[in-house]
Amino acid sequence: MSGAFRLAGRGCIDTTRPVVFRFDGQMVRGYAGDTVASALLAEGRHLMGRSFKYHRPRGPVSAGSDEPNALIGVGEGGRYTPNLRATQVEIYGGMVAVSQNRAPSLRFDIGALNTLAAPLLPAGFYYKTFMWPRGFWDKVYEPLIRRAAGLGRAPTAPDPDHYALHYAHCDVLVAGGGPAGLAAALAAGQAGARVILCDENAECGGSLLTDTYSLIDGLPCGEWVVRIVAELQRLPNVQLLTRCSAFNYGPHNMVALNQRLTDHLAMPPTDMPRERIWQVRAREVVLAAGALERVLVFEGNDRPGIMLASAARTYLHRYGVACGRKAIVVTADDAAYRVALDLAEAGMKVAAIADLRPAPGGPLVEAARARGIEVLPATTIQRAHGHLRVTGAELAPVGADGTVGKGRTVSCDLVLMSGGFTPSLHLHSQARGALRFDDALGVYLPGESIERVRSAGSCRGVFALDDVLRDGVAAGLAAAGGETGPVWTVTRQDAPGTGGFAGVLPRRGPGHLALAFVDFQNDVTAKDVKLAVREGFRSIEHVKRYTTTGMATDQGKGSNVNALAIVSNVLGRRPEEIGLTTYRPPYTPVTFGAFAGHARGDQFDPLRLPPMDAWARAQGAVFEDVGLWRRARYFPRAGEDMAMAVARECRAVRAVAGIFDASTLGKIEVAGPDAAEFMNRFYVNAWTKLGVGKCRYGLVCRDSGFVYDDGVVGRIAADRFHVTTTTGGAAGVLNMMEDYLQTEWPDLDVWLTSITEQWAVIALQGPRARDILAPLVDGLDISAGAMPHMALREGTIGGVPMRLFRVSFTGELGYEINVPSSQAQAVWDRVWQAGAAFGLTPYGTEAMHVLRAEKGYLIVGQETDGTMTPGDVGCSWAVSKVKPDFIGKRALALPALNAPDRLQMVGVLTDDPRLVLEEGMQLVPAADSPMPMSAEGHVTSSYFSPALDRSIAIAMVKGGRGRMGTSLYAPSLDGPAVKVMLVDPVFYDPEGARLNG
Amino acid sequence: MVEIAEGCALAGLPPMVRLVVQGRPAALDAAAASLGLDAPPPMLRVASGVGGSALRLGPFELLILPTLEGRAGLDAALAPVPHSLVEVSDRNVGFLLEGARAADILAGLCPLDFALSSFPVGMVTRTLLDKAGAMIWRTDAHSFHVEVWRSFGPYVEAQMREVAKGISFSLLTV
Amino acid sequence: MLLIDCPYCGPRAEIEFAYGGEAHIARPAADVSEVEWSAFLYLRDNTKGVLAERWRHSHGCGRFFNALRDTRTDQFHAFYEIGTPRPDMGGAV
Repeated sequence: MSGAFRLAGRGCIDTTRPVVFRFDGQMVRGYAGDTVASALLAEGRHLMGRSFKYHRPRGPVSAGSDEPNALIGVGEGGRYTPNLRATQVEIYGGMVAVSQNRAPSLRFDIGALNTLAAPLLPAGFYYKTFMWPRGFWDKVYEPLIRRAAGLGRAPTAPDPDHYALHYAHCDVLVAGGGPAGLAAALAAGQAGARVILCDENAECGGSLLTDTYSLIDGLPCGEWVVRIVAELQRLPNVQLLTRCSAFNYGPHNMVALNQRLTDHLAMPPTDMPRERIWQVRAREVVLAAGALERVLVFEGNDRPGIMLASAARTYLHRYGVACGRKAIVVTADDAAYRVALDLAEAGMKVAAIADLRPAPGGPLVEAARARGIEVLPATTIQRAHGHLRVTGAELAPVGADGTVGKGRTVSCDLVLMSGGFTPSLHLHSQARGALRFDDALGVYLPGESIERVRSAGSCRGVFALDDVLRDGVAAGLAAAGGETGPVWTVTRQDAPGTGGFAGVLPRRGPGHLALAFVDFQNDVTAKDVKLAVREGFRSIEHVKRYTTTGMATDQGKGSNVNALAIVSNVLGRRPEEIGLTTYRPPYTPVTFGAFAGHARGDQFDPLRLPPMDAWARAQGAVFEDVGLWRRARYFPRAGEDMAMAVARECRAVRAVAGIFDASTLGKIEVAGPDAAEFMNRFYVNAWTKLGVGKCRYGLVCRDSGFVYDDGVVGRIAADRFHVTTTTGGAAGVLNMMEDYLQTEWPDLDVWLTSITEQWAVIALQGPRARDILAPLVDGLDISAGAMPHMALREGTIGGVPMRLFRVSFTGELGYEINVPSSQAQAVWDRVWQAGAAFGLTPYGTEAMHVLRAEKGYLIVGQETDGTMTPGDVGCSWAVSKVKPDFIGKRALALPALNAPDRLQMVGVLTDDPRLVLEEGMQLVPAADSPMPMSAEGHVTSSYFSPALDRSIAIAMVKGGRGRMGTSLYAPSLDGPAVKVMLVDPVFYDPEGARLNG
Repeated sequence: MVEIAEGCALAGLPPMVRLVVQGRPAALDAAAASLGLDAPPPMLRVASGVGGSALRLGPFELLILPTLEGRAGLDAALAPVPHSLVEVSDRNVGFLLEGARAADILAGLCPLDFALSSFPVGMVTRTLLDKAGAMIWRTDAHSFHVEVWRSFGPYVEAQMREVAKGISFSLLTV
Repeated sequence: MLLIDCPYCGPRAEIEFAYGGEAHIARPAADVSEVEWSAFLYLRDNTKGVLAERWRHSHGCGRFFNALRDTRTDQFHAFYEIGTPRPDMGGAV
């Protein structure tokens, strides 16, 4: 047997399979089935970590997920995971684990000096102590605090593992696989329900795994668990998930489970996900979350070697580990007596049982006495001694009036504490279930819930094993709608304990409550909580935030009830008048990897590629993200930077022709007898007179009168429009159309279909566009006379169906060739080949932006910000004056939307033609305006224009159209303010002669 | 078909004609009749006639996968009633997902309950496959016809493969 | 994640839906006063309790519909089609 504290013949570990791992660089020997904590305890090591704020030496308090102290880092490189509970981490051969928050070593930690400074670090110290001198915060205080405080470090390497997410559905979800959960799952499963049972531990059984006393149907508890699990596994409608924590209970019975699949394996199978999140939608939920033993609050209660009584029992029976040689038990509850008896039976010395109750009695107490264990009634623990390990404790008598007398010091290497059991209400509370205070038990219990949920067993205050099993069966049957369930007889059990304690233990004198910890993980002491109340915090929610009690990753599992009791005592109000803080998910920490699931790397978001993406890549294009789309931004040739490439592309479009993949434009087919009427109501423009075969620029406002989207609309037939939207506005416009159609105008016979991805769009723009296209369009006459600007024709191009728009976003003669997406590349290739002789040039989104800015064409979302009217952006001409109503009409008549000082779209020229303004620059009246300045406007678009061989910009300026020819200044961060002149925003070809060529 | 997990194969569907018919009940009736159906299928169900299959995606909407003859007859059948008929053959791409674990793969991406009792053979619906809008049609107990908009195809295919990678380690069958 | 009972498709997960704000807000005629129009645009009840609200099954059948939801608990009391009156909950809520 390895480990001096390992007890032969005890525990469920597999002693035939030794496992060697490293902790802080040292080899540790354990066995298959051990946790890091049990293996270290087997070597007599309690010291496993340093605390968050004071760097206090700490050892495990618990043996499960409620552990606040023994937080370790596990794994190496990208697989390193910080802040894992050593009490839950299962060891495997070769595992590398490290302690945290210590420097240079766990035994000697320089930061422990913080303890000496504890009087300077009371609750809310960061609000008080570090306020002066002011400049010190950034440079001195914060870096110091950040270095001193904290838990594990975050890994920096990419996570090499993959994580899974699954949705699941069931009739009954049972959270917790202890006696209540097993009983509920079997009852529901036998009733035919689809059942999922999850348990956070490696195996089901819960408290039964450490109960060596009780007998069910004459069987030891462990054997009964094996039998029940086997029965559950035989039921095809029941799924058992172990190492699987229910960590979030969302609305409408959506419960999230986190299943750890590989962390306990030395050699996980290839492709096995490391963790999986189950999003379970359950018709009914049974919470069988159990109860957690409470710590006691006394001076020095955080010394390594001080732990919960139930934890020592777990280490003994699960792992065959004696947590010490000589124990003191401090309790207010009968259950700790059973632990003392178990320890004594295993050969450990129990020096004394200090019972806070004046006259403990009953069979367990008598059994302890009979075994020769000294039972001290009405006795408290005044303080614990020791540093890296507890060495003794002063046990002192509590008088009838509550005063504490002089005590005696008892040496020991283990102090076991039991303040009674707190029902685990986290999931019930997350589901917004009410809580009610139970006077008899002195704890909160689950109250009413709006969800279809029921609690069973000790999480609702039912503690006797026979009652728990009956409660579980009843809950399972009720959830599944079953009639009869399994019946078991508990043939031997302890009566559930009475008593329990919450708050600070009675003590003699003022004591040093600065070292009596309430929340171990956040280093919150009883003194901190009292101070908060004295300073005027009355709400428990405020006390929580001020002191941070209950805000650590353990979610106050061990601390909430003690903090509540302290506040209750100081205020002299009953606990139920104070209430409990809201429990927040997750129940236990969940890794980022698990949350990310499949959504990582390239798969984080859908990457939408336009039809000619592969061609653009082959041409060496540089891309940019536009929403989910990836679009070609420019096509650099050898030796070109972005500015050179964009300038060349722009010049090519103005001189010859350019070709551009405009497929991402949103497209909607509006069809039906009332299509024109719908368009009239939806757009600010008038559509009735738009002939078939023609198109028009359309502008969409909201009913607020503000511009929402724009795009060219073509009339395919009397009852059919081909609508285009901006790339980013496609989904929003369709949704808005459906909204008005379904809810305001359901009488209209018109229907909408998204055709964005049905039609690819090849924009061919430039003075030679017609020459290139004409031979390709299968006899269609596209001459200037036959197909003028803003005409629309249906035809074929090389036999491929085509909707051809003569439109321009460049100011040049241009076409947008719409063809079915699957054939777009073939058509593009034909156009490309036909254009080669002319010098046809591909251009990207950057040149597209420059070309449109030269023409003063608006981009919705760039010039507009959701508060611009059509008039503001120079589009009053588009707004129908005669339609009785359209979306935005009433608002556009509001005086505020017609005020003369509204921001209006103007062109802006710098004095220096080489200087390109920054987009977003503010414009102010004078170069030396005093601070604070009020802006007259701001720059929305700014480029170097190859056509004008100078910089150009578009700005929104108060009353801008009336200020043409005047100057403003653009203050700059890194130089003098730039003087600019306001001009007409159409910089190039203002007559539009080139459009109609 | 490519096996992406034990008991699950994935294939891209060949190009096919897809038509969206929208209108009031008379229009859907006319469309159904032209395919040789007595009536349009009820919500979220598919009906197949000699002229093709009609997928009832909305109360006023059918997606029709016609045969060659079925396509020809639709225009005439719909002409007398107000309607919208729009071809979206190239808007969507289709996948065929088959095998005992096919439903599990979908459950890795979609919050629907794929138990046969909840999602029977012949059911169709639009939904989400992770972050992509999708249409799922159960053509057989272990066979699904999945469609997404063209540009979402590579994303959804990669997501299905990613789920497949870990699916054999999943105990839970949905 | 809420479970929303689309009147056309049945119960579906919330991610298939888009929220549409308070229901039964009629769009006034274009000749109403500025005050009335502004109220239509911007004034909402911010109900604590049962709220009639709009949802769209945007990743499903595409239809808008109304629901009665208790904003304190997220529990739904009714789902009903656009154009039908708000169901009378009696004294229940």
